[in-house]
Amino acid sequence: MVSITINGNQYSVPADYSILKAAEENGINIPTLCYEEGLTITGSCRMCVVEVKGVRKLLASCATPVTEGMEVQTESERVISARRDILRLLIANHDLRCLTCERNGDCRLQDYCYRYKVEDTPYKGDKKHYPIDTDNHFFIRDYSKCIKCGKCVSICAEVNGAHVYDFMERGFDTKVTSAFDDTLQETTCTACGMCVNVCPVGALVEKSVLWEGRPWEVKKVTTTCSYCGVGCQLKLKVKDDRIIGVTADKSGSNLGHLCAKGQFGWEYVHSQDRLTDPLIKRNGVFEKASWEEALTYVAHRLQGILQERGGQAFAGLSSAKCTNEENYLFQKFMRTVLHTNNVDHCARL
Amino acid sequence: MTGYRIKQAVRNGRKLIVADPRKIELTNYADIWLRHRPGTDIALINGLAHVILRDNLWDVEFVCERCEGFAEWSEVVEGYHPKRVEEITGVKAELIEEAAHLFSQAERASIVYAMGITQHTSGTQNVLSLANLAILTGNVGKEGAGVYPLRGQNNVQGACDMGCLPNYYPGYQLVDALESRHKFTQFWGTDLPDKPGLTLPEMMDAAYSGEIKALYIMGENPVLADPDANHVVKALKNLDFLVVQDIFLTETAELAEVVLPAVSFAEKVGTFTNTERRIQRVRKAITLRGNTQSDWETLVALANKMGHNWVYPRGPEEIMEEIARCTPSYGGINYDRLETRGLQWPCPTSDHPGTPYLHRDTFSRGKGKFHGVHHIPAAEEPDEDYPLLLTTGRNLYQFHTGSMSRRSKLERMRPEELMMMHPDTAKDYRIKDGDYVQVESRRGEVKTKTQVTDHIPPGMVFLTFHYKETPTNRLTNSARDPVCNIPELKVCAVKVKKVMN
Repeated sequence: MVSITINGNQYSVPADYSILKAAEENGINIPTLCYEEGLTITGSCRMCVVEVKGVRKLLASCATPVTEGMEVQTESERVISARRDILRLLIANHDLRCLTCERNGDCRLQDYCYRYKVEDTPYKGDKKHYPIDTDNHFFIRDYSKCIKCGKCVSICAEVNGAHVYDFMERGFDTKVTSAFDDTLQETTCTACGMCVNVCPVGALVEKSVLWEGRPWEVKKVTTTCSYCGVGCQLKLKVKDDRIIGVTADKSGSNLGHLCAKGQFGWEYVHSQDRLTDPLIKRNGVFEKASWEEALTYVAHRLQGILQERGGQAFAGLSSAKCTNEENYLFQKFMRTVLHTNNVDHCARL
Repeated sequence: MTGYRIKQAVRNGRKLIVADPRKIELTNYADIWLRHRPGTDIALINGLAHVILRDNLWDVEFVCERCEGFAEWSEVVEGYHPKRVEEITGVKAELIEEAAHLFSQAERASIVYAMGITQHTSGTQNVLSLANLAILTGNVGKEGAGVYPLRGQNNVQGACDMGCLPNYYPGYQLVDALESRHKFTQFWGTDLPDKPGLTLPEMMDAAYSGEIKALYIMGENPVLADPDANHVVKALKNLDFLVVQDIFLTETAELAEVVLPAVSFAEKVGTFTNTERRIQRVRKAITLRGNTQSDWETLVALANKMGHNWVYPRGPEEIMEEIARCTPSYGGINYDRLETRGLQWPCPTSDHPGTPYLHRDTFSRGKGKFHGVHHIPAAEEPDEDYPLLLTTGRNLYQFHTGSMSRRSKLERMRPEELMMMHPDTAKDYRIKDGDYVQVESRRGEVKTKTQVTDHIPPGMVFLTFHYKETPTNRLTNSARDPVCNIPELKVCAVKVKKVMN
């Protein structure tokens, strides 16, 4: 442990912490754009710069380890002035149509401009206008809004391993893109959508949320993915009682990472094919029935077979898709109501 | 997700050995790729153990202090010298030596497997041989080591834990042990059958033969998921009464007399238990669709219609309280504790922090036991009539029988089956990439489009079971492992012929 001072207060933190982590854990927010926990620290956006006593330059807090006796200012005049300049440079080449941007109200660039009262930029000049790439099935790529933080590049390479993105060109011409500037279908992209979830601005946006609602109207519900046994935690984005998308949740073992199924496989919930009523087959044709009618029918049929044949005439297949509570009741039903141990499920397959 | 973590470990400098007949993505990251013939896992693993033993690279202290059965077992692996293993598996002897050295020299080594190991007539033995390898090298009971079976479904672990198995009550308490039967007789207040029930494949046989008259299916689709699908359909049609509870009218539900509409994960409250035994919350995000209700409500209503008195006014939370009372490993689980992060069982008391890994100081049976297992050939291997080996699995963009994933945008990534076939085999059959073929086994036939690729070795074809248009399980063999009854979905013999689309 080392002892450091942040904004005049003393803290004791582990020696392998960065200044950013030390501050975060003690409730001090330092703005970041390119930093994402778990990914390589590039220190490229400079938003997280802080002033350290005895050091001439401002230091990127994400990339600077704490040292004993360090004295840090996270919101000094010099720091704020530097952050303002960075923001002014960023918005100098940013599509500022915030009015209709899907990330309006949930955008780091917007939040920080507000926080540091940056209303405009003195750096007038060329702006890049890239056509919006809508080619892939799952999300749009609007690089006129990209701030080159590089998080999509890192998460794709370091977590998925697909290495779809990289920086192209230099300086003002720098652009994030895929190999040969091609559409994602022509790359190794596995549609995991993690790039969309780490994008701090509106450059990468799920198609399913386009024009569906403002971020503040969307309820986010943390739950467990319905597909495989990893049990990823994710947030369902809900608007008007409909799921419109999925975003990362970092509380589980998946650390906010997802695959194509968790990220984009939820639409079946709203499929027109969903069963909405109990069905009873009569003369080979299914007819809609009320619950009362259907349950009475099932109870009657089961009761009849139970009286005639006993428990050994029954078998039940439970579901690896249902909850623990439902599975518990299912085997309890088979054992105590139908008097049989003939209960199993697909674990054996 | 597991693949991500393995790739991350490799990027961090860890070593990776992949044993797979298919050229899966992870082979690109592997230090050593053992491309053995399907159905030769035991020979391969015994071969690795043979080298580790021969070269004195095993963990003598761990084996002596914590294991038993070593002497008998070592006699079995004695016979698996690398040259012989090469003959059985097709993997070069030198590569086996190299892999054995790499594995045994790791300070901590994990073994990660899925259905490639289990879906064989030797499935149980395959798992035992992996366990042998793990305890031989002392790789159990410490963080970052161990044997990891990957669960395929979101709550297959939980369904097992909850006693949806013919021989266990919740928490793996045996139905034929007097003590546990007495306990549950008291707990549920009713007499209970004393003999273990039928396993899933046995149920299908019993339905086919007429011993089982009524089948209750909650959220499964055996018509596409189970082996020898034609047999399954005949079995289901032979029932007096089939009731299916599901969110879609699946291929199985179509055969039912009554279909009860269920709700999706987004409309329900409850818990799932994942592959690391972590019990996690499922939260309701949207209201019920149409005239549906949760499976638990349906079960409660039906039990009460049949004269029982099931009362859970507080819903799933209250059911979990009942589970905790009768399931020692879930004893400390309640919804409040699961609110921020899940808990890994065993979690016996409400102040227990959960158990991240098992077998720390002692194995659950006391000593870790070596099981001498011999190579057993697959039940059906290619021959003159059916010259190709069919192995089955999944693709990244679809899930299981496709009832969910095919009703999402993922469908656009892989809208149809693509049977993988090696370029050399394709040449023999004059099949080009994109051609349609008919695949036939002793049990049935399906039609599919072909993808010519070196992803699989010559003489083998690969199909998934995601597509109702290509119901692959009409082909697969229902021959089973004698211990646990898992069918041999990974190996059967087929023939193919080119057809017009």
